Amino acid sequence: MNILLLGIGNVLWADEGFGVRVIERLQKSYRFPDQVKVMDGGTQGVYLVEHVQAAEVLIVFDAIDYGLPPGTLKRIENDDVPNFLGAKKMSLHQTGFQEVLAMAQMLGSYPQHLLLIGVQPEELDDYGGSLRPIVKAQIQPAIDMAIDYLQVFGIKAEAINRDGDLADPVLNIQRYEQERPTADAACRIGDDRVLQVEGFELRPPQSSDERTVQVDVDYRGKY
Amino acid sequence: MTVTHTPNGFNLNDAGRRVIVDPVTRIEGHMRCEVNIDEDNIIRNAISSGTMWRGLEVILKGRDPRDAWAFVQRICGVCTGTHALTSVRAVEDALKIKIPENANSIRNLMQLSLQVQDHLVHFYHLHALDWVNPVNALKADPVATSALQQSISPHNPKSSPGYFRDTQNRLKKFVESGQLGPFKNGYWTNPAYLLPPEADLMAVTHYLEALDFQKDIMKIRTVFGGKDPHPNWLVGGVPCAINIDGVGANGAINMERLNLVSSIIDRTIDFIDQVYIPDLLAIAGFYKGWMYGGGISGQSLLSYGDIPDKANDYSPSNLLMPRGAIINGDLTKVHEVDLTDPEQIKEFIPHSWYKYPDESLGLHPWDGVTEPNYKLGPNTKGDRTHIKELDEAAKYSWIKAPRWRGHAMEVGPLARYVIGYAQGNKEITEQINFVLKTLDVPVTALFSTLGRTAARGLEAQWAAGKMRYFMDKMVANIKSGDLATANVAKWDPETWPNSVKGVGFTEAPRGALGHWLKIENTKIANYQCVVPTTWNGSPRDEQGNIGAFEAALMNTKVERPEEPVEILRTLHSFDPCLACSTHIISPDGTELTQVKVR
Repeated sequence: MNILLLGIGNVLWADEGFGVRVIERLQKSYRFPDQVKVMDGGTQGVYLVEHVQAAEVLIVFDAIDYGLPPGTLKRIENDDVPNFLGAKKMSLHQTGFQEVLAMAQMLGSYPQHLLLIGVQPEELDDYGGSLRPIVKAQIQPAIDMAIDYLQVFGIKAEAINRDGDLADPVLNIQRYEQERPTADAACRIGDDRVLQVEGFELRPPQSSDERTVQVDVDYRGKY
Repeated sequence: MTVTHTPNGFNLNDAGRRVIVDPVTRIEGHMRCEVNIDEDNIIRNAISSGTMWRGLEVILKGRDPRDAWAFVQRICGVCTGTHALTSVRAVEDALKIKIPENANSIRNLMQLSLQVQDHLVHFYHLHALDWVNPVNALKADPVATSALQQSISPHNPKSSPGYFRDTQNRLKKFVESGQLGPFKNGYWTNPAYLLPPEADLMAVTHYLEALDFQKDIMKIRTVFGGKDPHPNWLVGGVPCAINIDGVGANGAINMERLNLVSSIIDRTIDFIDQVYIPDLLAIAGFYKGWMYGGGISGQSLLSYGDIPDKANDYSPSNLLMPRGAIINGDLTKVHEVDLTDPEQIKEFIPHSWYKYPDESLGLHPWDGVTEPNYKLGPNTKGDRTHIKELDEAAKYSWIKAPRWRGHAMEVGPLARYVIGYAQGNKEITEQINFVLKTLDVPVTALFSTLGRTAARGLEAQWAAGKMRYFMDKMVANIKSGDLATANVAKWDPETWPNSVKGVGFTEAPRGALGHWLKIENTKIANYQCVVPTTWNGSPRDEQGNIGAFEAALMNTKVERPEEPVEILRTLHSFDPCLACSTHIISPDGTELTQVKVR
């Protein structure tokens, strides 16, 4: 049975990097049997199709906008996953990943078991920034949730302590955070929208008085 | 109402109804497009706006230049390797580092494999649905589809009626279950779709085949980059060793790995020759009456060139992918391009949401400034967080306006191909002549949306052939005893001068890409990227020249303004990728693309 643990997201956008940081911790601290693949999917879209196709069990880690308090961890299973990924447009890759699932389905091989472990982000608009503490604190609980789920399939994870971190050592979370220049040095100044610090807040969809036709030539929304 | 004549030859008239497409879908990143149409539904004014802010420069400041590739690789989900390659070249240029021949061949193989894969995925999975109607494919006769397939590609073994019937049944199941997946909610009743059902079925079948095939191409980057996604790169060479007698899938490159790459290259060449090119020609044959979308492609084209034959020589004669600039539509003269010349490439911002000390002047990327200044013009409709209509007389995009000697330029496969053609490049000229002859169209047909799409297909074919060339070249070099893959003589920052600057360039699948950096006291002091979509998607400049997207939309007839498939067709033909040209501003609850007609 092929199992894929896949973290998606962009490490450069604060809490958007959650999925990839979970993978980093998994690679550092756990050893799995050979049929388990632990993969940093970044923001890759179509290019992930083959890995999804090859998996019978797929666990996805991501930052998801559930409309819940920041830091809330929530699991979604099986048929609900694609709907959830496409429910709200929050990041570049989410539409992409929903499309990846649809393509895998069209090609006729789709994971039999699909689990999405998502965290509600606090901050996305801090380019070059790292996870906020409240989101970072959910890395271990997200891993525990996955390990728990894998037990159903008879898969055991062995805790280890490996020196190397993420396969991209320069993006290692400690280095990434420590070597970030100060806001002054990096000229991290901007307009009020860039500097928005009230945290992550969804704007309600705007109503429009004009004649509006909705078209969706992308892969968002339910299907 | 205003009527304006732009210096680059377009008459803008904003009197008609405004059509707004936001976001433009099936692209990477966030983009908005507004046009005015006249009473005959012809586009008379066009505005392209990047709706995200680019913060890349800001995050690299103060970092170790040897790490920059890993950051730029994460900007976007599409051009990962191209950015990484451009970055290591910029650092090598600054520090005067020479790379070994094997490293050059391996980098070219990775870059070419990305070109091929990106072009293939773009044609079948992002762009095809602008021309191909999957719902119409349900009406096709599989026997007639099989006959069509055999007539356009006699050597393609997958051409039986049963094969097409299977796809049709699979598609039917999707449609009947209400799960159109990627085909959901297109404009499938729009008269702009011209293919007969059999051609639609053939193309949809290859949509699935290409999806299956593209993943093989990726394995090339896994072999040389250690992993994919996110292959590894190295300032000074490539991070893989060669041990020709080794065994196994991990560790050094061995004969087994090289044979795998070689077989993938062979299959790639076959797929492009037997599937991609015949499909392209067949589809183009039905649309050759639709000659919109040329924009500035007949006037102003730019390519930095790429794929150095010998290592470390970036002069035009050593670059297999053409380098040069064409201006004023004069194909008899290809101008030399110098990325270090402060008079050639400059970025302007009078219509971009940035701040310069003097906004009437452009800045060369080495002196580039990226300071946001989000300000809307007085004629904007809506407010700061919900813009209904942009005011193009003021600032209206997060994309800067780069210009080459003051000219707005188009970059990308069509630019590279027209420049190669103008230079008399033998391979490119033969390919172009073959297409023109097959379709029975004049050379001016190249300057169109379809010409852009055709050039991309030809370039994929060219790139696959060059993969074979570099593979053979590398194997011969290894057999002669040269196993070097990296030069680490200047790895230690103590060997670096206090203050240096460099520029790295590549031709990304969607066009010319440059990274300019300054290193001071071993850290990045300034880093500026001018990416392909900055060129193509640029807003107006201080002279009023419109950018390539804007120009390409001009004078196009839109059959149904509420279903602007013609706009998407032309924008998609550039393969826009805005993730790195701009940066997301704030989350947005809007779920669907909104087309507004006012």
